[in-house]
Amino acid sequence: MIEVGTVIPERIFWINRELLKRYADASGDQNPIHQNETFAKSVGLPDVIAHGMLTMALVGKFVSDWAGGASAVKEISGRFTKPVIVGAGADVDLTVSGIVSEVNKSTVRLDLTATSAGVKVLGISKALVARS
Amino acid sequence: MLNPDSLGRTFHGAESVSVTQSEIQGFASVIGETDFSVAPPTFSIRITLEQSQSLLSDPSVGLDWSRVVHGDQKFEIFRPIVAGDQLRCSSTIENYKVAAGNEIVTVRSDLHSGEELVVSTWSTLVVRA
Repeated sequence: MIEVGTVIPERIFWINRELLKRYADASGDQNPIHQNETFAKSVGLPDVIAHGMLTMALVGKFVSDWAGGASAVKEISGRFTKPVIVGAGADVDLTVSGIVSEVNKSTVRLDLTATSAGVKVLGISKALVARS
Repeated sequence: MLNPDSLGRTFHGAESVSVTQSEIQGFASVIGETDFSVAPPTFSIRITLEQSQSLLSDPSVGLDWSRVVHGDQKFEIFRPIVAGDQLRCSSTIENYKVAAGNEIVTVRSDLHSGEELVVSTWSTLVVRA
């Protein structure tokens, strides 16, 4: 039974430098702040950071799986509040959870949370999915 | 600074972009998606990022892409993108404000297949002072 307040169990995705390279190739976003530590530090970042859109893509996967497939996802949004920092050789977590905020006749609205190392990296993240 | 005349203007891509099965599979694989029959929800960024940047790089727009940081992103998906889609991008500067010296620009990009609107995206870009 899906109702307002239904919790979608938390799930952890792991992010490392190799995944950033793969996402860069898959998305076409080759900005060096996501791959080159020297460059990232030269522009004032603590280290290489993940593409914000990679974190949203993983949240999209979280939503797709709950909704019964990518075809069910009608809206997804969020704000890139803090970067996901990816040190050399590290596997860093992206911890995603969700809660049902609205139930309509044919759709369900979700509020989503994504953190990394305990820091919220995606703010005001929401999705609208078709009811299966 | 953004040219005020750019606000509300829509820039239309001249050519459509073909979506291939291997692109969908490549994007899906990165996020652990094993169903390659449709594109993942945020796949369209692969098209809109490059297209909107190219459309809005005209000097008359006045947007300095070298100082842009991605603030917010939203997707409205009217139907999933599938392999074989021929998508045409149009980008509109929907909103503009200056806060603490930074320019905040909301760019809407629509992807059409023929007359059909497939995906609308909104990217809020912060042009750092």
